[in-house]
Amino acid sequence: MSVGQPPSDSPEIRQLTPVLGPGHTFRSVTDKISAIVLTRPTSLGWFIGFAISFSLTGLLTVAIGWLFTKGVGIWGINIPIGWGFAIVNFVWWIGIGHAGTLISAILFLLNQKWRTSINRFAEAMTLFAVACAGIFPLIHTGRPWMAYYMFPYPSTMGIWPQFRSPLIWDVFAVSTYGTVSLMFWFVGLLPDLATLRDRAIQKPAKIIYGMLAMGWRGSARHWHRYQSAYLLLAGLATPLVLSVHSVISLDFSVSIVPGWHTTIFPPYFVAGAIYSGFAMVISIAIPLRKAYGLEDYITMRHLDNMAKVMLATGLIVAYGYFFEFFLSIYSGNKFDVFLVQQRLHGPYAPFYYSLIICNILTPQLLWSYKMRHNVVVLFIMSIIVNTGMWLERFVIVVISLTRDFDPSAWGRYQPTFWDWATFIGTIGMFVMLIFLFVRVLPAISIAEMRELVAETSEEKE
Amino acid sequence: MLDLSSLTDCMSAQRQEEQKDDGRALDEHLEDLSLTQRPLDLAAVRAQLQSKTGKQYWRSLEELADDPNFQELLHKEFPRQAPSEWDESVDRRDFLKLMAASLAFAGLSGCGRAPEQHIIPYVKQPDGMILGKPQFYATAMPFGADAIGLLVESHEGRPTKIEGNPDHPSSLGATNAFAQASILNLYDPDRAQTVTKAGEIQTWAQFLDAAQALAVTLRATRGEGLRILTGIVASPTLAAQIQTILTLYPQAKWHQWEPALGDGVLEGAKLAFGSYVNTVYRPEMAEVILSLDSDFLGSGPGHIRYAREFSRRRKLDQFAELDRLGGEMSRLYVVEPTPSVTGSSADHHLPLRASEIELFARALAAKLGLGGSAAMPPAVDKWLDAVAKDLQQYRRNSLVVAGEQQPAEVHALVHAINAALGGVGITLYYTEPVEARPVNYVESLRELCTDIDASKVDTLLILGVNPVYTAPHDFDFVSKLRFDERNNRKKIQTVIHVSSHFDETSQYCDWHVAESHYLENWSDARAFDGTVSVVQPLIAPLYRTHSTREVLAAFTDKPGVSDYDAVRDRLKAASPSVDFEKFWRKTLNEGVVASSAFAPMNVSLKFIPASLPAAKESSADELEFLFRPDPCIYDGRFANNGWLQELPKPVTKLTWDNAALVSPKTAEKLNLTHSIPSRGGEHGQILSNVIDIWLSGSKVTAAAWILPGQAEGVVVLPLGYGRKNAGYTGTNKGFNAYAVRVSNALWAATAPSTTIRKTGNDYPLACTQYHFNMEGRQILATGTLEEYRKNPNFANEHAELPPKELSLYTGEAEFPYTRDKWAMAIDLNSCNGCNACVIACQAENNIPVVGKDQVMRGREMHWIRIDRYYKAESKTNDPSSYDASLDNPETFFQPVPCQQCENAPCEQVCPVGATAHSAEGLNDMTYNRCIGTRYCSNNCPYKVRRFNFLRFQDWETPQFKLLRNPEVTVRSRGVMEKCTYCVQRITNVRIEAEKKNEPIRDGAIVTACEQACPTQAIVFGNANDPSSRVAKLRAQQRNYTLLGELNSRPRTTYLAVVRNPNPELEKA
Repeated sequence: MSVGQPPSDSPEIRQLTPVLGPGHTFRSVTDKISAIVLTRPTSLGWFIGFAISFSLTGLLTVAIGWLFTKGVGIWGINIPIGWGFAIVNFVWWIGIGHAGTLISAILFLLNQKWRTSINRFAEAMTLFAVACAGIFPLIHTGRPWMAYYMFPYPSTMGIWPQFRSPLIWDVFAVSTYGTVSLMFWFVGLLPDLATLRDRAIQKPAKIIYGMLAMGWRGSARHWHRYQSAYLLLAGLATPLVLSVHSVISLDFSVSIVPGWHTTIFPPYFVAGAIYSGFAMVISIAIPLRKAYGLEDYITMRHLDNMAKVMLATGLIVAYGYFFEFFLSIYSGNKFDVFLVQQRLHGPYAPFYYSLIICNILTPQLLWSYKMRHNVVVLFIMSIIVNTGMWLERFVIVVISLTRDFDPSAWGRYQPTFWDWATFIGTIGMFVMLIFLFVRVLPAISIAEMRELVAETSEEKE
Repeated sequence: MLDLSSLTDCMSAQRQEEQKDDGRALDEHLEDLSLTQRPLDLAAVRAQLQSKTGKQYWRSLEELADDPNFQELLHKEFPRQAPSEWDESVDRRDFLKLMAASLAFAGLSGCGRAPEQHIIPYVKQPDGMILGKPQFYATAMPFGADAIGLLVESHEGRPTKIEGNPDHPSSLGATNAFAQASILNLYDPDRAQTVTKAGEIQTWAQFLDAAQALAVTLRATRGEGLRILTGIVASPTLAAQIQTILTLYPQAKWHQWEPALGDGVLEGAKLAFGSYVNTVYRPEMAEVILSLDSDFLGSGPGHIRYAREFSRRRKLDQFAELDRLGGEMSRLYVVEPTPSVTGSSADHHLPLRASEIELFARALAAKLGLGGSAAMPPAVDKWLDAVAKDLQQYRRNSLVVAGEQQPAEVHALVHAINAALGGVGITLYYTEPVEARPVNYVESLRELCTDIDASKVDTLLILGVNPVYTAPHDFDFVSKLRFDERNNRKKIQTVIHVSSHFDETSQYCDWHVAESHYLENWSDARAFDGTVSVVQPLIAPLYRTHSTREVLAAFTDKPGVSDYDAVRDRLKAASPSVDFEKFWRKTLNEGVVASSAFAPMNVSLKFIPASLPAAKESSADELEFLFRPDPCIYDGRFANNGWLQELPKPVTKLTWDNAALVSPKTAEKLNLTHSIPSRGGEHGQILSNVIDIWLSGSKVTAAAWILPGQAEGVVVLPLGYGRKNAGYTGTNKGFNAYAVRVSNALWAATAPSTTIRKTGNDYPLACTQYHFNMEGRQILATGTLEEYRKNPNFANEHAELPPKELSLYTGEAEFPYTRDKWAMAIDLNSCNGCNACVIACQAENNIPVVGKDQVMRGREMHWIRIDRYYKAESKTNDPSSYDASLDNPETFFQPVPCQQCENAPCEQVCPVGATAHSAEGLNDMTYNRCIGTRYCSNNCPYKVRRFNFLRFQDWETPQFKLLRNPEVTVRSRGVMEKCTYCVQRITNVRIEAEKKNEPIRDGAIVTACEQACPTQAIVFGNANDPSSRVAKLRAQQRNYTLLGELNSRPRTTYLAVVRNPNPELEKA
């Protein structure tokens, strides 16, 4: 195997950590990973973390309950700012959800071996992020009980959705993405579920894992079918990585609002999405490997690679910012020029500057090998990048709306308690799902790790 | 009309019956309770059984006895008196008694029927009434020394919408915001609903008894100690009624108090002519108009007509030659201390302190050779020279108008100037006063207070006014009514108050009679030119309310005369020679008593300007505090009217509060500022400094608002706010300027600047438009007449309209709109920002009131908003000149309804197709399809869409259910709404036209905003019909589209503002 290997004479290659710690056998891999789920006692830390995130999920339920009782007026939105936190959070979460599919599908197709130990939880994270994101388009409508009007169901009135609206494209893009991600994740889980079924001691666990394993016996035919299915799904998921955020970016670029109406949005949104997605994977991987002692599986090599992806996409995003700025000025369109001035000098200028600091300046540290290999720095940086990406969406969604065409209608936006409660609630829900996931499913793919053991040992030989 | 009167008769008869029921004591109920214990008449039972043939089933012996009491029990769930008992508030004791009674009856009547109430179908449908079709009745709204002629829309007997009466001289078919909103007063749930005595509910009969008993004692003393306090009386019938009282009780006295009407008008006339006369202006005849602090286009008697007349002279190459009197565009100069609607329409606007206006008038008189002299600062002098020259040039066609709040001297000077210019008989004329008895209001009230303090008053009737709230604070009117604890007595034995609400005054009065709304009882009223209208009721009183005339009649020997008879009799007496029935019907139908307007009067000037004593010196360092009626809630009488409270004030755009208006320079000196919080921002909430104002020995705490264009050193304290007992909507809003208003400084008080102290706190004000700069965009196209002549197309010069060929959808034909193509043109040259259209739209389209908190979040619901912009350019380099952008900016208004874009950005983005285009080019909203994504609003460049963020409509209050227009959906939460071009009106007309198979003629469809507009600035019609007014306007070069470069292709277009400045002043 030489794919992805740097030239052997590189001075760094000697320090480069492998994708799998030394001395692992099939048994040690299986033991180690399945033990997290099956045999190791649940730690106090898990319970505390779960309790906190569960309470935040509770807050989310309360916030949504109150929202359904009173209406979207409990949020800070108004005329002219019709979209606030709900849409900011939606775009942010969907963006985060991008890393999973990218890692699983694109890196799989590109035969990047280092994806193996992070793909499972990255995919899980994708699903959970999509779940969090999926809440928002529904609840942000004025009449959520009528939201099904957005689906092309056979209505007795003979009315269809309005297909020219990007919001309809969203419905299809996000639901397709959610479905494919779920299938991809589940198919990948099948051999591991079977492993857990076989290793489970308690009867209920045996039954549940058994049912989920769908009769997996590990026969050669199974493996054959499994691999072609996995490859097909990877092929299906790959365009979705690019399409979902492109479609979401069209929500903005199809409109005529200055600051939204830009052709650069689709690639720029996709890069931003991958950027924030990788940041989120790092934010999860670092505590995960620490808590469960998985340093051998999620090695510095992984972190290093992910940091590089972050740096690369971060630079694309920076390029996007620059061109957004440049095109606005260059176009000579008075509304666009005004918008740029607003971003730099308007009442929300601090947000724009923080966004530049978070998304462009901070990641430049990643050029340094030292920084990429400092786990603490990486973790903090991943959080900063995620904050920055959230700010980016805030700047795009909210600030563009505050001052558009007619000066008499200009306004401002301030989130309310319920805006924050909903946002923090989804973070809580996301973390809670991650906690549940690491507790009941193998966070690292056992089957693929065993493959990796086989391959690395082959290499050695 | 006959049907309506019979309907009201029927209803009032029913009410009287109910009142009789009320009179019965509760022990009668108890008698009912015991009815089952009455001895059974067995003989009767036997007789009963024998009398029947065939099979009979009987439930109890009592039934057979056919006992009427039992029959009643059987058929009613509650005994006879109980339902009426619920009408009133029930105290705990009565409630328990009733509960016990109900329990006792439960066994007997648990399965009984609902109470028997007679519903009567139209066996014969009344003439002209078709269910579902509204009817219109002519009536009039009395307001100050004016009455606004109205046509009121009635749906199955409930009035829902007010329109102007085209036949009425003061309305000419238009209305103002007050008239539009007065319908909400009718349905105000906080109105007083019955007669009370010391807070206890009484019947009208009890009041009548009490009044008659009082009358007996009063008659013995020839009315000694009887005082009547009313507001202005312009109703001949009420005046006659008061006269009857005064004849009956010769010692009685009649006082009048109006807090917001200036005495200067009448006193000035007296000074000039030796008697009270009324002045009627003819702005359309004037080439040059100078307003000295007069808001004659925005308030005061006749202002709706004046606005129309003035606008006729401001329309350029107008479609209807008939409507334009030829001649040049007129020119308006306005000198005023604080910007008004009139000042904002001016060609030249000069801010001067109120006290300097008298000097200005003197200087002008001197310039015109009337003698006297006054020195003005050089900048003003230059201005004055130009104005004097202009006035002299046109002489007979010039007009000078003095403001209501200006003192008598200014009015007298203006009379002299007008006489000297020769405009009398052309641009203005004099008539006898409109008021039944003109008085100096403050002196009248002072006399009453002196009499009360001298214990000369035993009985006081306060009719329709609220002196405890509105009287000058040095009169301390409360002390006149309150129990005097020191002397252990009441100063006045009996105080009877008649008012629509149980207000600040009512709580100190012995009797309170709920006053009927003007749409509930018969009356009459005189308009600004003397024309008499009969005020027809549209509905029988909703509650047990009565008119002031009825209350007065209670003290005569004919207490039972109805308002209807009184009005009819008076009219009959006034026009004896005609066939009265015919005349009466014609009068009611037209809303105007034919040829009742006063004839112009010849008056001779008995005033020499030079004879005026020297003007009071006022130091420029002192602050001048001006008291002005609020443009939205007037003197406080509309405080509980949610529509008017939420209506952005024309110039400041404030809602729900008044604020001490401070000029920019003064604010700088006093270190007052505004700040914009994130919540709401420019479109909603502004934090302003709170100041304490120590004035006339009293203090008031107010929020300070910096108002560009206000004269330096002037602080305006708008009246009408800070009410303590106005109702749910109006209580404790803003600050009470009456608290620092004293009788010798009713309109202006001067005080050193130390009277204002910053408290250090900030107060959030709900302002719907704080940003007043156009940011270099052509939102509003403006130019001068000269520029317009040179280049009539100036408005479209810089418009970068994208060519239609650039469309991506090439080959696809444009939708042809072959049938009707609805469009609206708004002439910005005519719009003076008066707000009538905003309320008209609110009333027509069931638009909810959202409250201050929601306005502060930027969520007000008005479908049409009036944007106000200042032109920020300095015309001269002279820093001392008045044209600096903040100190005297040019002000413009722009009404913005939905632009009904042909290429609507909102339609593209709606995911469910809830907003779509109609074949006539309307941008329609389907409420029940809308899921509320708000994407359409984001994409609307005009931000005219309004979203129901919460459930803003009041679905519970029964009164509001009566108010609503049945032709317009009442929206619930979560849906988007916006201007529909009054699609319900379009559809109504279209249906009629299709039935007759003829095209819709121009002018048949009138949108609510168009109908209300006093200046006819808004024109709606079919753009496909080249002869339509709107098509002609659209063909004008002045016509431009708002933000046309976006390719939204709006159907609403604007006609650029063209001002007519004096070249002499321009050059300077």
